Amino acid sequence: MDLVTPGFGLVIWTIITFLCLLFILRKFAWKPILGAVEDRETGIKDALASAENARKEMENLKADNERILNEARAEREAMLKEAREIKNKMIADAKNEAQSQANKMIEQAQTAIESEKKAAMAELRNQVATLSVDIAEKVVREELSNKDKQLKLVESMLSDAKLN
Amino acid sequence: MTVNTFKNVLFSVLFLSISIVGFAKEEKENPEKEKFDAKEMIMHHVKDAHEFHVIDINGEPVSIPLPIILYSDNGLVTFMSSEFHHDDSGHHVVEKNGMKFVKLHEKIYQLDGNANSVEFDDEHHPVNATTPWNLSITRNVFMMWVSAIVLILIFVAAARTYKKSEGNVPTGIAGFVEPLIVFVRDDIARPMIGEHKYKKYMPYLLTIFFFIWINNIFGLIPILNGANLSGNIAFTMVLALFTFIITTVSGNANYWKHIFWMPGVPVPMKLFLMPIELIGIFTKPISLMIRLFANITAGHIIILALMSLIFIFETVLIAPVSVAFSLFITVIEIVVTAIQAYIFTILSALYFGMATEEAHH
Repeated sequence: MDLVTPGFGLVIWTIITFLCLLFILRKFAWKPILGAVEDRETGIKDALASAENARKEMENLKADNERILNEARAEREAMLKEAREIKNKMIADAKNEAQSQANKMIEQAQTAIESEKKAAMAELRNQVATLSVDIAEKVVREELSNKDKQLKLVESMLSDAKLN
Repeated sequence: MTVNTFKNVLFSVLFLSISIVGFAKEEKENPEKEKFDAKEMIMHHVKDAHEFHVIDINGEPVSIPLPIILYSDNGLVTFMSSEFHHDDSGHHVVEKNGMKFVKLHEKIYQLDGNANSVEFDDEHHPVNATTPWNLSITRNVFMMWVSAIVLILIFVAAARTYKKSEGNVPTGIAGFVEPLIVFVRDDIARPMIGEHKYKKYMPYLLTIFFFIWINNIFGLIPILNGANLSGNIAFTMVLALFTFIITTVSGNANYWKHIFWMPGVPVPMKLFLMPIELIGIFTKPISLMIRLFANITAGHIIILALMSLIFIFETVLIAPVSVAFSLFITVIEIVVTAIQAYIFTILSALYFGMATEEAHH
């Protein structure tokens, strides 16, 4: 039974010793050690966090750069496209203009030619009429000067008419 | 690091086994005429004693005397244990301040009047003597102080290294103890108590962890005569008592509600659970007390019993078997020293965690 009966003296001394030990170790060992460990851990955590931040910032910068570059590229692309479009349009416009101009000129020329031709035809008709009248007058005058000849003429005319 | 630890363990095992063999030899060289009483020998080693018995040489015990402090009706009496001349049978009477004291089975009795030896009645109560309050510095108290001083030296030295080093880098002994301290913090206190409240309990948890561990280890060193402090019920009772007090004091409303009026169960169940929970308050620290006491004491008893086989069979042939087995048990006990310290600490932390847990229903 002695084994499981707590001895009075040992109980008292254990209480005293344990409390002293707890007090001394808390003040001189646990607080400084735990404090140091914690400080170091916060230091490491902070360092890691700032490294992470720096990395993120770096990434952001990189992303920004990339973005700006892409924007510039897109802008250049757009400008080139626009220029090309303008050029094409200008060419097309010029072509159209020239075409219509040419068409107009051709039309004018044709009109002019047409009217010239008409005038010339009218002139020619007049000339031919005058000439024909003159010739007919001369021929008639000649022919009607003798009787044979008048008959001969009537005959040829009649044969012609028969033929027609 | 691991290799070093392994080397240390190996070395300690070697040292222990050599010491045990040495101890066995000592007793062998002094054959006693009377029959060897294994139970008495074991109990003598497991229990507390008033002197620090180191060795027997030619049948003469060599021991370190320790102070005896008694508080009797006539006031305080102090003398050295050597005044009993190693007598533990109650025959040698020491007279101090007109009072007569005898020591019987490591108990000190104050004799009445003319009595020369203590006599007992049928119920083993002394008839002609009283037992004064015994505040002696027994070998367990002595070893407790040694262990406390060792702990202070180790950890204060460790704390100092942080001040010297740049950026709180652990150097020297701190490199060895810091992982243990961080282990107590991260694997015992934090998961059991919770992130927000564990800090308050850290000093207590660290102190009991290392106090129990070092005393478990000291108990295994044979040359210290196995001062079996952590296998003494007084010691484990005090530590369990502290855990009980801290748990009870830090218990919040939620904790007491779970004991007296368990939420979330029907009323008959609440009434049924109340006495159980109420008993549970006390059984928890009592289980702590008994677990540590029984584990450490059992380990000592096994080792000593294996050693006793040599003397029971009275042949040296059994010695290799005894030594081999007790070496095996000793190695297990080295593991147990840490495990028991860990269990005591983690259960204390668990109780603190239960006492401070916030309602989450």
